[in-house]
Amino acid sequence: MSDESTMALPVTDGLLAVVKDDCETCHLVVPVLAELAAGDRTFTVVSQDRADFPPGFEVLHDRELDISWKLRTETTPTIYRLAEGEVADQQAGWLRSGWERVTGAVGLGAGLPEQRPGCGSDTMLPDVYQRLMRRHSPHRISSRRVDLGSAEDPIEAAYARGWTDGLPVTPPTEERVARMLEGTSQAPGEVVCVLPPDLAECTVEKVAINAVMAGCLPEYLPVVLAALKAAATSRFNIHGISATTYFTGPVMVVNGPIRRRIGMNSGINALGQGNRANLTIGRALNLVVRNVGGSRPGGVDRAALGSPGKLSFCFPEDEEGSPWEPLSVERGFPPEDSTVTLFAGHGPIEIIDQKSRNPESLARTFALQLRMVGHPKLAGMADAIVVVSPEHARIFREAGWSKTRLRREIHALLTLPGAEVAAGAGGVAEGMPPQVAAGGKEFAKYTSEGLWFVHAGGDAGMFSAIISGWIGGAASSQMTTVAIDS
Amino acid sequence: MTALLDPTSERTVQKRQLSPRLPDLGEGTVALLDISKPRGDVFIKRLDELFSERGVSVKHYRKPTFSKPAPLDLRQQIAAECTAVVEALAD
Repeated sequence: MSDESTMALPVTDGLLAVVKDDCETCHLVVPVLAELAAGDRTFTVVSQDRADFPPGFEVLHDRELDISWKLRTETTPTIYRLAEGEVADQQAGWLRSGWERVTGAVGLGAGLPEQRPGCGSDTMLPDVYQRLMRRHSPHRISSRRVDLGSAEDPIEAAYARGWTDGLPVTPPTEERVARMLEGTSQAPGEVVCVLPPDLAECTVEKVAINAVMAGCLPEYLPVVLAALKAAATSRFNIHGISATTYFTGPVMVVNGPIRRRIGMNSGINALGQGNRANLTIGRALNLVVRNVGGSRPGGVDRAALGSPGKLSFCFPEDEEGSPWEPLSVERGFPPEDSTVTLFAGHGPIEIIDQKSRNPESLARTFALQLRMVGHPKLAGMADAIVVVSPEHARIFREAGWSKTRLRREIHALLTLPGAEVAAGAGGVAEGMPPQVAAGGKEFAKYTSEGLWFVHAGGDAGMFSAIISGWIGGAASSQMTTVAIDS
Repeated sequence: MTALLDPTSERTVQKRQLSPRLPDLGEGTVALLDISKPRGDVFIKRLDELFSERGVSVKHYRKPTFSKPAPLDLRQQIAAECTAVVEALAD
């Protein structure tokens, strides 16, 4: 914690007025200040802009404005009553009744109008406010400061330095980063993870800087921090996800109370645009992977085509409307925990079914569409998340189908005969190796850990969505869930 | 003046000298590293034939998975046992 932030007020008890010469109302109240100075109580006059204003007073000149900052003065004049170092009461501007209430005096400022608005405190001037915010922030920022030229546009400067994902970023000024750090109790210098591919130590501060650039609010920061912990695990393997020629990027599913607290959208357009939390949290993760981890398209990132989701792909589960336990519970967390689940994926692929009215038929539709993930003749490779919409979920709820039941039915439907999926079969060279496909062998399209269901979406529309995975299993990337420290 | 905070890891890239080019492969051993991509073995097998025809000794290695960096002990083993390495990247 910095010395400035713990700075005590010059007086702890009594009356204190903050004024400045460059304020008509402050000049107006000078006789009132004289009345108060003549009284019995301790009275201190703090002047923001001149040591000799008001004339004839012993004035504390608040040259650096630290006293005004500490008092959170927004207007001059403001009269304060202090008790044990804290503000017990205050009145901004001139209002006779207010000043009398604060001071306990009666008949103050005879001959003055009842009321006059004050002027803006010098602490509120934009540049000054930012300087003071930096000075008084409890956080010690250690990142390199990049001073921009006077004619340099900060947004263009971020582009020029290669910090962006192709979209403009919010310039990461010290005061924005200081504000972002208010979103966590973790110290800025704390190492969140060691991030591939550069194996760079990623601190809370670096995450905060990138979260500012992504457009996050401070209350989103714990989600981003948790996502990075998950991303950097060998299990999730962000290195491989970054480097692959495949489409994949990190997909985030958020569960638990934090979803509602920070205003995430699990309803209409849950996978689309329009919600700040959904979009900026996902974007922040990818910006950290780029800027701290060092993964850039054309560098370590060798995706043949990539996918728009590599900018941001983050959504919460609609737990309240779901017929099933939340993904986080399935992943071993209690329902009251907030979690983030990372999945190496891309998409979505649509599932249209407006005619099925029983779960057997709808499960068959799901299976038909799930077969095409990766390639209809490849099995046991890619994982998938099915985002089941409310209108489809209703059919499973009414029939009493659990997730386990649905998964079992789909696995049965997607056990593929070797003769059908062998390389070359059906005149298609792609497929499973012919030698292992011989002899009546069958292939499971999805492994037992390769198929997941999440509930989200608007109330209308008999459409669900498949988020296609990368190669699943321990050799590549496995779904990874961590608790959010909030 | 506006100042921005650097969002990168602020690492400075270490420049390393390339190893000197080998004058020939006669005395050394060439590592053939299969990264476990499909058909990588086809490429490695052909390279083995071509090296062997020329009297160059080879040793075969395999990464557990192509999706993750080679484990440190494998890298050290190759460095200790071989003078050159060919890595099969192709599908």
